[in-house]
Amino acid sequence: MSLSTPAVRPAAGPGARRSHAGLLQAWLPKLVLAPSAAISLFFVYGFMLWTFILSLTSSRMLPSYDFVGFAQYARLMANDRWWVASTNLVVFGGMFVAICLALGLVLAILLDQRIRQEGALRTIYLYPMALSFIVTGVVWKWLLNPGLGIQAMVRGWGFENFRFDWLVDPDMAVYTLVIAAVWQASGFVMALFLAGLRGIDDSILKAAQLDGASLPRIYWRVVVPCLRPVVFSAVMILSHIAIKSFDLVVALTNGGPGYASDLPATFMYAHAFTRAQIGLGSASAMLMLGGVLAILIPYLYSELRNRRHG
Amino acid sequence: MDNVIRRRTFGARLGRALLYAVLLLAALFYLLPLAVMLVTSLKPLAEITPGTLLSLPQEPTLGPWTKAWGEACTGMRCEGVGVYFFNSIAIVVPAVLISTIIGALNGYALTKWRFKGSELLFALMLFGCFIPFQVVLLPMAQTLGWLGLSSSRAGLILVHVVFGIAFTTLFFRNFYVAVPTELVSAAKLDGAGFFRIFWRILLPVSAPIIVVSVIWQFTQIWNDFLFGVAFSAHDTQPVTVALNNLVNTSTGAREYNVDMAAAMIAALPTLIVYVLAGKYFVRGLTAGSVKG
Amino acid sequence: MAALEINNVCKNFGSERVLKDVSLAIDSGEFLILVGPSGCGKSTLMNAIAGLEPVTSGEIRIAGEDVTWQTPAERDIAMVFQSYALYPSMTVRQNISFGLEMRKVPKAEREAAVERVADLLQISHLLERKPSQLSGGQRQRVAMGRALAREPKVYLFDEPLSNLDAKLRVDMRTEIKKLHQRLGTTIVYVTHDQIEAMTLADCIAVMRDGRILQLGSPDEVYNNPVDLFVAGFMGSPSMNFIGATLDGEPGGYLLRVATPGEENLELPWPQERETPAMAGQVGREVILGLRPEHFAEDDVRLGDDAEGVLLSPRITVVEPTGADILLQLKLGEGEATARVGPKCRVAAGERLALRIDMARAVLFDRETEQRLA
Repeated sequence: MSLSTPAVRPAAGPGARRSHAGLLQAWLPKLVLAPSAAISLFFVYGFMLWTFILSLTSSRMLPSYDFVGFAQYARLMANDRWWVASTNLVVFGGMFVAICLALGLVLAILLDQRIRQEGALRTIYLYPMALSFIVTGVVWKWLLNPGLGIQAMVRGWGFENFRFDWLVDPDMAVYTLVIAAVWQASGFVMALFLAGLRGIDDSILKAAQLDGASLPRIYWRVVVPCLRPVVFSAVMILSHIAIKSFDLVVALTNGGPGYASDLPATFMYAHAFTRAQIGLGSASAMLMLGGVLAILIPYLYSELRNRRHG
Repeated sequence: MDNVIRRRTFGARLGRALLYAVLLLAALFYLLPLAVMLVTSLKPLAEITPGTLLSLPQEPTLGPWTKAWGEACTGMRCEGVGVYFFNSIAIVVPAVLISTIIGALNGYALTKWRFKGSELLFALMLFGCFIPFQVVLLPMAQTLGWLGLSSSRAGLILVHVVFGIAFTTLFFRNFYVAVPTELVSAAKLDGAGFFRIFWRILLPVSAPIIVVSVIWQFTQIWNDFLFGVAFSAHDTQPVTVALNNLVNTSTGAREYNVDMAAAMIAALPTLIVYVLAGKYFVRGLTAGSVKG
Repeated sequence: MAALEINNVCKNFGSERVLKDVSLAIDSGEFLILVGPSGCGKSTLMNAIAGLEPVTSGEIRIAGEDVTWQTPAERDIAMVFQSYALYPSMTVRQNISFGLEMRKVPKAEREAAVERVADLLQISHLLERKPSQLSGGQRQRVAMGRALAREPKVYLFDEPLSNLDAKLRVDMRTEIKKLHQRLGTTIVYVTHDQIEAMTLADCIAVMRDGRILQLGSPDEVYNNPVDLFVAGFMGSPSMNFIGATLDGEPGGYLLRVATPGEENLELPWPQERETPAMAGQVGREVILGLRPEHFAEDDVRLGDDAEGVLLSPRITVVEPTGADILLQLKLGEGEATARVGPKCRVAAGERLALRIDMARAVLFDRETEQRLA
């Protein structure tokens, strides 16, 4: 043994004398990731850019590269149907998120009371999430059909004046979307909250009990504040679902009556694929992306900040 | 909260009863549409208009099911949704397998063979989970055309793989992050290389996350409508598109019982998966949201 | 030829310098222990030897061959991890033979190797179990078995005992020592437990802030620490550091320990332990290092023939450990710990006559913290 002090050798740069096996090992992970990176670069970032470029052109039936600046965005702003779709998204999205959160939280708290058959109830609450929005749309279209659905059933019970014809009422059609979407997604929010509740440190609850707080008080003052991050995630996921909502609208109202229940997603599809307005459709897609980013970026920012602060 | 001592008073019992009543009412709300769908699909057409939603079929029949499967009109053709059911299978199976395999390898390379920029690469790939797909529809249509895959099943498989690997990579990455890196170090010292470590050490412990990934991808792709409607032709449509066409075909009288039977057919595969492996389904849904 | 040679190795993580020009060499069959506080770079050095972390500069040689840029697999090294890192999906048998399988050793030889190490470590009855079915101590044995089966040139142990409970840790420590004596393997062993270091090592490298402060036998490191840090780190309870003023001249140095409210304590420095460095410190504050066992109860039967300097400090705390008694006592401006025999009868608050063995005391420079004498 010795604290050897050999003559100082020139430091070899990393990789300078690496063996073949070593080189291969260093490159394999990158090689494996390369196709996915390329796919992501082309199909996600490239396509976003491409759509943005299309939104600057006068493309109609086929993509053309005749640039017209932001004229398509100006057209969009002047388009009544776009405003209906955007307003609908705010109404639909806002109500959908709020009701899902409220219902999900209540159900989660109720289920957290040592319920017999909790597993079965959880399964029932959550199963709609496994369905396609098309199936959801089809079945609710049937339930909300004034002549044959819930309205007819209740009238059949003797309430002759009962009215529930939102599906064919231009002012109310958008709320049918809310009903169906809440039915589908609220169980999922319940599952998120339940997982959050189960994750809360038991000793906090014990301490609150010893402090003499009543059960509702414990929930309101101690438990619910602990669920803040879950609320955040849920809002994030739900608003994402709302902005992307396309299939539900197609199957339930098909944007109707007229275009009273259009959402940006159906607006975009209609203009880009059936009305030969590729430029306008691209502009609306870019605005949808903007909407997602407006929600995503603050969320990611707060997530990263929280993580950094432990 | 399991260890709250409750007083056994009358008030407490009443509260308890109320609690169960609310929970059962909620269960009814969630179950009602499924029940209506099932009941209606077993009724002959003659019973639909005079009856109500919930009245049980007087003469239960599987007729609507066979019609929905083999004869009902979806747009111009009248061959039922059966063909499209198999279209969906032909699209879903390869897309799920390919995206899961790629996601597993990505997650492995990103966590156990970190290099400069690997975290950034992951963040870049993750963004694919969040974009509204409307923003890629038009370029995708054109790209599929260039590749000669327009309106083909292969084209749809490609689309689902491309936009699925962001999710599968996320699943596997978050799973492998929790597997001790020392296992990989030990295997390196033992003389195993990149693929061998994956195959012999990581894959044998990955069963739960493989199930999560497969179920997630299966439900996502099976339930997809947007890509299906945008990138398929009559003979390559997935079942969701066929169902929508069937419901909106306006030739002759509306056969609500057939509509419901077709909806059941489209819903059954994912429902069955959910009932059999609900735990993993929930894990997929909550992955990356609760745990981050 | 050295079994392992590390020459001027540096490692940076970004702008952070984790290893700063580390060099050492050990001979075949030697047991080297890297010891130091957490964050000192000992685990990084271990990973660099294993090839799990590329070094920024410098050179690593195993059995004379430059392995700096070889992969872990090419280096012929085996490692026992702190968490054991047993492959969870494989049985104990498969865990042990995996490394041999990767090196394309024929099946019969693999089986023989498994039997050999299973016998050696007394784990033959566990061979068909999965790691999850083993206790902590058993896992530890399997992890060692996995390393031993390959008979590599160098073994690396990364805090292998830190996950075991106290009793098992002592047993396994003895067992590792026996194995080393029997097999004559070359071992590099990382620990933060200085008792492990003292009991196992042929050679200890004390590390701090990415540097090796001292490399030497346990006896050297313990009795001749190069600086204040090494002196304080090795030994439990640790060495007492007492502020004193150096007085006198070559041939008759004296340490004056200021004691509030009492006469100053005067400790003559043994003439045979004088060093030239002391001359420059006369009249200045130095630090006197005394280990607890450098104090002894005064034996009245010896009278004035007894060796060492007599003092009678006030005892503040008495801590019997069974084998001996630790005493906290007032010394100078602070307190010190002394280790005396189990028969000592003294209560807190009393005074006790003690002798200090100045022939084993050490002296440090107050500013540079380097050893003076």
